[in-house]
Amino acid sequence: METEAGRKLSLTGLLVGFIAGLPQLFFPILAVLYGAGNSDRGLLLMPVLIFGLLAASLLFRWISWMRFAYYVGHEDIRIESGLLNRSARSIPYERIQDVGIEQKPLARLFGLSEVKLETGSGSGDEAKLSYVTMIEAERLRALVRAHKSGVIVVPSPANAAAETERDDAAPPIFAMNIARVLTLGFYSFSLVILAILGGLAQQFDFLLSFDLYDIDAWRDSAKNNGYVIDAVSRCARIFAGVAALFGLIVIGFATGIIRTFLREYGFRLDVSPRGFRRRRGLLTLTDVVMPIHRVQAATIYTGPIRKRRGWHGLKFISLAGDSDKAQKGDSNHIVAPLANLAEIERILTAAKIDPAGPDVIFLRGRPAWWLVQLMAAGLVIIAGIIALIVAADAGWKAMLLLALLPLALGSAFLQWRFSLYAVDGDNLLVCGGWWQQRMTIAPQIKIQTAEISQGPVARFFGLCKIHFGIAGGTLSISALCISEARLIAAQVIEQVAALDYSKISAPKI
Amino acid sequence: MTDPTMTNPENIDAYYDDHALNPIDPRYIPVTRITSAIMMLFPIVGAGVLEFTISPIPGIFILPILLIAAYFVFAVPARKYRRWGYHMGADRLRIISGYLFHSDTIVPFGRIQHIDVEQGPVQRPYGLATLTVYTAGNHNSAVSLPCLSHEDALAMREAIRAHIKRDLH
Repeated sequence: METEAGRKLSLTGLLVGFIAGLPQLFFPILAVLYGAGNSDRGLLLMPVLIFGLLAASLLFRWISWMRFAYYVGHEDIRIESGLLNRSARSIPYERIQDVGIEQKPLARLFGLSEVKLETGSGSGDEAKLSYVTMIEAERLRALVRAHKSGVIVVPSPANAAAETERDDAAPPIFAMNIARVLTLGFYSFSLVILAILGGLAQQFDFLLSFDLYDIDAWRDSAKNNGYVIDAVSRCARIFAGVAALFGLIVIGFATGIIRTFLREYGFRLDVSPRGFRRRRGLLTLTDVVMPIHRVQAATIYTGPIRKRRGWHGLKFISLAGDSDKAQKGDSNHIVAPLANLAEIERILTAAKIDPAGPDVIFLRGRPAWWLVQLMAAGLVIIAGIIALIVAADAGWKAMLLLALLPLALGSAFLQWRFSLYAVDGDNLLVCGGWWQQRMTIAPQIKIQTAEISQGPVARFFGLCKIHFGIAGGTLSISALCISEARLIAAQVIEQVAALDYSKISAPKI
Repeated sequence: MTDPTMTNPENIDAYYDDHALNPIDPRYIPVTRITSAIMMLFPIVGAGVLEFTISPIPGIFILPILLIAAYFVFAVPARKYRRWGYHMGADRLRIISGYLFHSDTIVPFGRIQHIDVEQGPVQRPYGLATLTVYTAGNHNSAVSLPCLSHEDALAMREAIRAHIKRDLH
């Protein structure tokens, strides 16, 4: 197949990149200044070294410019680069989600711009042409759009106020009133504030005019106020202990309620034409749009106590929310922090994910997987006992470590009991966690890759683990025997291979 | 193109084992030897410096490092080579690899976002290249197949790209 001749980036862009990259040379130059200042002929050396540094930077940029070329073909755009590591990247037009044109002030001065070809690949390692002329950038964008015609969405005029008005008029698909937010706060008991305060006290105790932990100083202070402390009675100790425990509980609940209230106040989820729209927050109101076609899977999670009241949370596994850059790093796609199962089912249906019915048959992994982990824990405990006896001369007291064994046993048992999976119709369901329980529902067609992996120990027992690649998250099933894993991978991939990703991921027009 | 044997529990192992895997280029072994040797140069130099400066017993630093280096340079590459294999299906790429940690990965062509053919400095004199396919998944966002002949890698890239193109119509 023929492609047009390789194109080079703008040579002026080389200069722009050099100037824009100067701040990166700040520390090397600082090092040179420092080094030269210590030497006898420092004044003579300094300009020479700085000039050498700048020249080297320019030389490297020139070499990479020389070795960089892009080809605009009939079916893809190719980028060749690298001096030692020659790399040739092919980006089919169908996979280009968006062509970003960015003009930084300096580049604009020279009529240049940076072109980013975004494919939505998980590694974020995408194609960037910096810099090309503005005309070339426009040409590339038009070209990609022409090749993709029919798949392009023209962004609607950003009439945010009208949109909000329309969303507000319709009833939300899910919302939390103040009582619900407070309930969630009650379940969010947290002692993290103590860790923070403790850390601060340790960092900044030199600021206090007295020693916090000096009992004599406290005694003196009491004496100065007219009391004499000789001893602390048992009764007072118990009272202090109870008071401390009570204080901890109050602090824990207060932290949870305040943090939750600040974050979740006015929680409201709407289904707008652009996708799910989530608004929440008391002091900083956040407003996030998650396009429905970008939802890859959903996770229902709950805690041991809230589960008794039928409370669950729901979050989506998704590619970045909006195409907005600011939200790209936002991986928090919680759509219902505290909801009952009927509400969750309603949201799942709106997201085009089948909620798991009661007739789904869940399977458990092979117990041997957790037995191996238990044996490893046992070995560590025995090694600890031997080390204590030999090195610390601990005698029989070292045997107290054996008390850890039932704990490990219980934990392994619970993990085995709560790790479930099911291949049900079009969905893949994976449950895990016995304290923080969660169940992930992934439509099989949204899965990207399937990998069966096996470490040396697992191989000895004939066991393995499947990792599924999903955009924006991870999904894995462990403790399978090879045949089971192969069957699951084959079933899923058979569904996946029949459909092209750009078709299921692109918005419907 | 559903294969009736594919989702039948009875036949699944046979299905997997029947699809003969292509080996990668045997020159993977010298290439990996050279890269491992270069990588091991740093700890060897470090151990050598310690040997000359603070070593109480001759050889206490350099010998273990040399043994480890010899293991990685002479023993490991051939074993790793034997584990590498790939199969280009009609609509999917299967890659198996791993000497201690086995992995068996299937990437459907329909999920591939873009494709790299890369030639490292050691691979170039041998005419070898690494094919890397990128997917949108967080796990396995880049799946690599090292040391194919450069022509094979380019041909595979064309085949995958053609499939992505055809799939859309």
